[in-house]
Order: sequence, then C-alpha cells, then structure tokens
Amino acid sequence: MNCGRPNFFQNMDTSIRIYLSTFFRSPFSRILLWLAPILFLLSYFFLPLSKILILAFNTSAFTKTNFQLILSTLNFTFYQAALSTILTFALGLPSAVLFSRFNFHGKSLLRAITAVPFMLPTVVVASSFNSILGTRGMLSFLFPLSFSSSPTFHFLLILLAHIFYNTTIVIRIIGNALSRLDPKLEQAARSLGADTFRVWKNIILPLLRPSMLAAALLVFMFDFTSFGVILLLGGSNFSTLEVEIYLRVLKLPNLPLAALLSIVQLIFTLIFSILYTRAINQVTTQTAPRFSTSRSPKTIRERIFVFTFYILLITFFLVPLASLPIRSLTRLEADRGQRGEVQYGFTTDYYKELFINRRGSLFYVPPIQAAANSLGYASLTVFLSLALGYPAAYALAKPTRLEKFLDPLIMLPLGASAVMLGLGFIISFGRSLASPWFVPIAHTLVALPFVIRALQPALASIPERLRQAASTLGASPFRVWQTVDFPILSRATLSAATFAFTVSLGEFGATLLLTRPEYPTIPIAIQRFLSQPGGLNFGQAMAMATLLMLLTTFAILIIEKLRLPNSGEF
Amino acid sequence: MKPAFYFLLFTLLLAACASASTRPQTLTILTHDSFAIGENIIKDFNNANNAKVVFLQSGDAGSVLNQAILTKDAPLADILFGVDNTFLSRALDADIFEAYESPALSDIADEYKLDPSFRALPVDFGDVCINYDKNYFTENNLAVPQTFDDLVKPEYKGLLVVENPASSSPGLAFLLSTHAHFGDSYLDYWKSLQSNGVVVVDSWETAYYTNFSASSGKGPQPMVVSYASSPAAEVFFAAIPLTESPTASIVTLGMCFRQIEFVGVLKNTPNQDLAQKFVDFMLSQKFQEDMPLNMFVYPTNKNAKLPDVFVKFAQLAENPALLSYTEIAAKRDSWIEAWAEAMK
Repeated sequence: MNCGRPNFFQNMDTSIRIYLSTFFRSPFSRILLWLAPILFLLSYFFLPLSKILILAFNTSAFTKTNFQLILSTLNFTFYQAALSTILTFALGLPSAVLFSRFNFHGKSLLRAITAVPFMLPTVVVASSFNSILGTRGMLSFLFPLSFSSSPTFHFLLILLAHIFYNTTIVIRIIGNALSRLDPKLEQAARSLGADTFRVWKNIILPLLRPSMLAAALLVFMFDFTSFGVILLLGGSNFSTLEVEIYLRVLKLPNLPLAALLSIVQLIFTLIFSILYTRAINQVTTQTAPRFSTSRSPKTIRERIFVFTFYILLITFFLVPLASLPIRSLTRLEADRGQRGEVQYGFTTDYYKELFINRRGSLFYVPPIQAAANSLGYASLTVFLSLALGYPAAYALAKPTRLEKFLDPLIMLPLGASAVMLGLGFIISFGRSLASPWFVPIAHTLVALPFVIRALQPALASIPERLRQAASTLGASPFRVWQTVDFPILSRATLSAATFAFTVSLGEFGATLLLTRPEYPTIPIAIQRFLSQPGGLNFGQAMAMATLLMLLTTFAILIIEKLRLPNSGEF
Repeated sequence: MKPAFYFLLFTLLLAACASASTRPQTLTILTHDSFAIGENIIKDFNNANNAKVVFLQSGDAGSVLNQAILTKDAPLADILFGVDNTFLSRALDADIFEAYESPALSDIADEYKLDPSFRALPVDFGDVCINYDKNYFTENNLAVPQTFDDLVKPEYKGLLVVENPASSSPGLAFLLSTHAHFGDSYLDYWKSLQSNGVVVVDSWETAYYTNFSASSGKGPQPMVVSYASSPAAEVFFAAIPLTESPTASIVTLGMCFRQIEFVGVLKNTPNQDLAQKFVDFMLSQKFQEDMPLNMFVYPTNKNAKLPDVFVKFAQLAENPALLSYTEIAAKRDSWIEAWAEAMK
C-alpha cells in the first residue's frame, strides 16, 4: 500500500517514456519538429527570394558575354574561398586544440577576443588593417611600396581578412567537439603504444570528421559569399559572385543578370550543402566526458606548442584590434600643420563628444541607446534562433528521408545574395518592413544555419544507450534530458548562442531592411560617423567601434561563464 | 499587411470625421542613409500640420531609387528624397513621381530646375572636386595641380586616390567630369592617369579615411576625390578648434561635377496634400538653412543664408562640368563598363 504512489508514478513515467520514444520516431512528430523552422524559412526566405527571382529572371540574360562573366567570377570566387578556408584551418585547428586541451593564463579572454572580429563592420576592419599593413602603416617597412600597391598585396589582404573573420568558427565548432571526445579512447591507444601522430591519425581526426566538415562548410560558405572584404580590401581588382550581384542590382542595373548570378550562387550553395550532408551521414558515436579534458601543458613539446600559438593568436588578433582603442584615444591633428598652440596625443574628446548632440540632429542617438538597441536585437536573435534551431537539430540528429531532403535547404540562407533577398523583402512586405521586429528576424535568418550546425553534431553524439540506461534505472524523461542530454548540449548550446549573438551584433544581412533611423545599432552609428569628413567624426567612429569591441568581448565572456545548475562538471 | 490595413482604416476614419480629426497624420519619407536634419525643424512641421513625419533610410541613393521603382504600385512612403541628377532620368522614366509645381519654387534658382514637368524638385546641390592636403603641398614645395592635364604630370605620380565609379557616387561624378572635359577620349586620359599611379578604391569612406593623407586615417595619397564642402566639414568636425582647414578643393574650370538632389511626391500615395506641404517645407528658407550643417550640401533656395563655416572654408566650383541628365542616364552604364574594361 505504501508503495502504491511511487509505483503509479513509475508506471506513468514508463508509459510517457514509451509514448515519447515512439512519438519521436513517428512521422507526425517529425512534422511537428520541423513546423516552426520550415514556416520561418518559407515566409522569410523562400517566398521573398522566389518572388524577386521570378520577377527579375529573364532569358535575355543568356548571352555569351554574361556566361563568360559568370564563369570568370565563379572561378575567382572558388579559388579565394578554397584558399581562405585552408588557411583559416591552418590557424584554427591548432588553436582549437590549444583551447580545448590546455589551460593557460588569460584563456577565456583570448578565446573571446578571437570572436570579436566576426562582428566588426568591414569598414572598421579595413581601416585597422590599413593602419598596420597599409603604405604608411606600422609594418609598412617590411615591404616595398610597389608591392603594397600591387593586386597580389590586395589579394593577400583579402585572405588575411577572411582568416581574421572566420578562425573563430573553426575554434568554436572543432574545439567544442574536441572537449566532447572521450579521453579514454586516446589513453587506451597510448597504452597500446601509439604515438601522438598515430593517435591523431587513427582516433581523433576520424572522430572529429563531422565537426570539421561542419566548420569547413560554414567557413567556405562565408568566404564564397564574401562581399565587404572583397570590395573594401580588394582595391577594385577582384569580384566574387556576391559583389557582382550587388553591382548588377545597384550600380549597373541589370536585374536579369543579377537574378542569373543569384541562381548560380544558390545552386552552388545547394551543392555544397548536399555534399556536406552526404559526408556527415556516417556520424561516429562519441561518448561524452563528464569532466574537463583541459590541463596545463606538461612536456616541453606541449609547452612550445602552447607558447607558439598563444603568441601567434595574440599578434594576429590583438594587434589589429588594439589599433582601434589606440586611435580612439589619439589626437592626430598635430600632424596636420596647425598653427598656434598644438594639443597633441592623448584625448578622451571622442568619447565625450558621443554624448553631445552638437547639431541638434533629429537622428542623433546617445551611444548607450545604440548599445542597448544592439544588445536587445542580439538577445532576441539568440532566443529566436535557439527556439527554431533546437527542434530542427533534434530532427536532423536522427535523420529520416525527410531530413535528408531538408538538411541542405536550411543552409541556403547563407548562400543567398543579401541584396537580392533585400529586394524580395521589399516587394513581399512593403511598408511593414519598417517595423523593428524585422531586424531580429533578418539576423536569425543568417544565425539559424550556424545554430543548427553547432547543435546537430552534439545531439547526434549522444549515445542512445545512455538514455536507455537512464530510463531503465527509473529516470523520468525530464531527468534523462537533464542528466544525459543537457550536460553534453550545454557546451554546444553556448557556442550556438555565441554565434547567434555575434551574427546579430555584426549586423549581417542588414541590407535586407529599411532602417528606422530612430533605432540605430552600433554598426549603423559607426557608418554614420564615417560618412562625413572631419577628425572628430573619425575619432567618434573609432570610439564607437571600441565600444562595440568591449561590449562583445564582455558579452561573450559572460555567455561562456554562464553555468546553469547541474552542469557543474564543466 | 497589417500596417496597410490600419492605414486604410485610418484614412477611412479621417474621411469620416475630417473636421474632428485630432490624431496626427503620419507622413513617411523614403531617403538614403546620408540624410540628416535638425530635430526642431521637423518638430515645427509636425506641430504646424498636426503631422508625424517618419523617415525610412535604405542604403545609398541608387538603392533607395531601385526600391521606390520596384514598389511603384504600393509605395513604401509618401515622399522620396535623394534622387540626384545622375539618377534623375531613371526616376522620371519609371514615372514614380506625381507632378507638383510647388509655389515655393519661386525662391529656387532656375539653374537647378532640371525637370520641366515638376515631378522632381531640386532641394540641394554639392560639387564633387579633388580635395588636397595643404600641408603636403607646402612641405614638398609642390604646386597644386589646376587642370586634368596637370594630374598626369610625373611630379604628381601616385598622389591621387579616386573612387570606383561602378560602386561610388563621387567616383561616378569624377568620371563624368572627365567625360565632360575629354569627350569620348576620356578613356585615354584615364589610361595616362593609371600609368601615373592613380589609386582606385571602392568607396568614399575608404578613399577619404584610409588613403587620404590629410584625414585622420593619414593615408599615403595627398589628393582625393571628395566634395567641395569637405574642407568646411574638416573644420566643423575638427578634434581641436581650427582656424584653417587642413584641406582645400581644386575648383578650377571643369574640374568639379555638380550633384543636384531632388525630392518628389510618390505616385499612389493617399497623403498627397500633406506630402505636398512637406515638399514646400523642404524648399522653404528654414529647412534650407538647416541643411548645410546636417548634410554638408548647399541650399537651392536663393534666400537661404549659409553658415559661417561654409562661407569661410567651403568653395564652390567656378565652372562645374556640364552634362545633360538625359545623356548621363542614357550612357552612364556603358561609360562605367568601358572604364572598368580600360582600367583592368
């Protein structure tokens, strides 16, 4: 009698469990999981895009010169994207090992700093690169002037900028997978006499394959659709598909050609996604460790490795980034031949000036307000993309035929031309586009593929046996989720959230929208300052960029420090 | 959908109780990202007309015009501001504007009234000229070039940065001034510019802040294609008060191109009357006098007084390049493409 109640609950638990486990395999549940993400993508991506493509597409674009143009552009787009991806991996892969395997001073700060470039506006990055590598930059003595004005130099700048922007993707996705690897596998191999090389070749790399593919795909897609970097640093010598579309929509209007270029870009995006889906289908099951896998470097070789990459990352990321705060606090007027009393050097005027509406301008917004707008949009984007990304990633983790069809499609927003999609938005939503709600929606469109790609390998790696074992021992479905799924997912969720957050702060896809000047974000404020001449405007732009940098560094540090209860092992 | 519905409901309500309406009427203005105006100016208009003016910014002038053309049947806004004379023909051919011969036009200088049918009304103008770093030329004892032919002389090798006309509007303006000067042989001139080390970048921001030596970017080139009002902005936005601008413009014969910006009431808008009032307002002395310091452009209203900083430090082109806007519209694409081909 006294055990009636627990029994009753246990029975109910079992029935819920059975119900849930059959439910998650039924086609109906699949549809339920997909409902929100698909509706979202349909209404904010596929419909607007097909509307504009149908409107613009015309067989008059099928001319020989157009095909030659498409072919040569495609050629360069591929070449630079492949090269950039390889180079990004060359820096990113060892860095991922560094962050996931070793402990050292300033680790979380350095990790946060590597993510900062991802959300800096291209104009700002170009300007800071120039202050270092440009013809009058700090390192300009390293190469002759004839080299620094040659196309080769510009091409190198493009590659550098791509590495600068995208290394964080590799660090986050692969580093996250590395920390999930079961160290026992490696220990077992070592005890059987395998050396480091063998361990990596036979154990770690094969296990990392899904994550490496995911990271490679995302980096490649970003480089493939690169736009601002090519325009600003390429010095008008180079053009990718995306740049060409932008030119054909806005500058040398030829909508049929722009539509054709967009379709080519979409087709290639689809091909990459299908290849990726094929390759990732043989996911290896990995057991997840419940303890930290990182430790201090012990052997000399480890110390050299940690030291080298530590210095390398600091130089590569911190030097260009540091040039922003330095310039936001420096007065340059003294060099400009002023008569009379010269004030020179350090100044905080640019920061003070941010708070003054000097011209009584209608669109003036205090920096705190711009920061609040940016943070608000970013939080909404995190929420929205996790809410949509989770069900999709759950479905993708146990793929059926439906998923094999849908999987490549969710990557398409990354490969769509922002300019074309923007026109699609305009003709589909008209005046309602002016609503501030469209900002997080547009950002989610870009963030969603990241979130799904970051969650999916983690979800797929959870062994069904663990769940079954927990259930057999009497755990409720919630308890199973809490003790099995959640600890494994918390890392992936954090890295997904960081992506969504940074994508939003960096204003990706901002061209999609009509902006209401009353609600500017920090990148918009930076752009406003840089669009007029004057030392004060430049200084204020640098001050704003510094604020953006600090804000994002702190935000990322906080996201990474967020420890939800019951995940104390991490 | 929803706002359109509310909008309809609202106009119906307005029609039903036209006399008793106290709620302000919303007036939407579509414009480019560089638009700015004083807070008080708009407040005054709102109060005087029981209106609520809302601005929508959407990229540069070209992108805004494209959007207006695409949404011609269901306009995004009541008014479009920011079509310049390089785009005017495209806007007029697409027939997006309702003709409106504003009474305020009587104060506007005739030379800017390019559209005889009054669909597009001139609001402001600015000259695109080469700016130079005064200090550089004094320090190096170098004479400031005065003509296009000077620029290809060896002493100015590698000293000029220009914007790509395919992606930048001052870049296009400079290309147009070379075309006005050299006619169809403009490409030969550009080839000699190229062999004299002209630097081409994609945008004004890069040219000015990354390449130009007199800006805070401290770049390598002491000459940049910018606006004749930029030296005034350098003084107005200086980090320490300046008595002299660090830059000046080359405004000699034919070296500058005059950009004129237009406003128009969009077709199919239900707010015709209020929109027309706003157009009158934009041409009025009050608005025109507020514009220069907000957008660094010149007023078209003959009675508008210029701010001090403009009088002292901005120069107007002595004889800006002349090209008809219809010719620009007809040929701009082929000129740009030929230029891009020649500069490869």
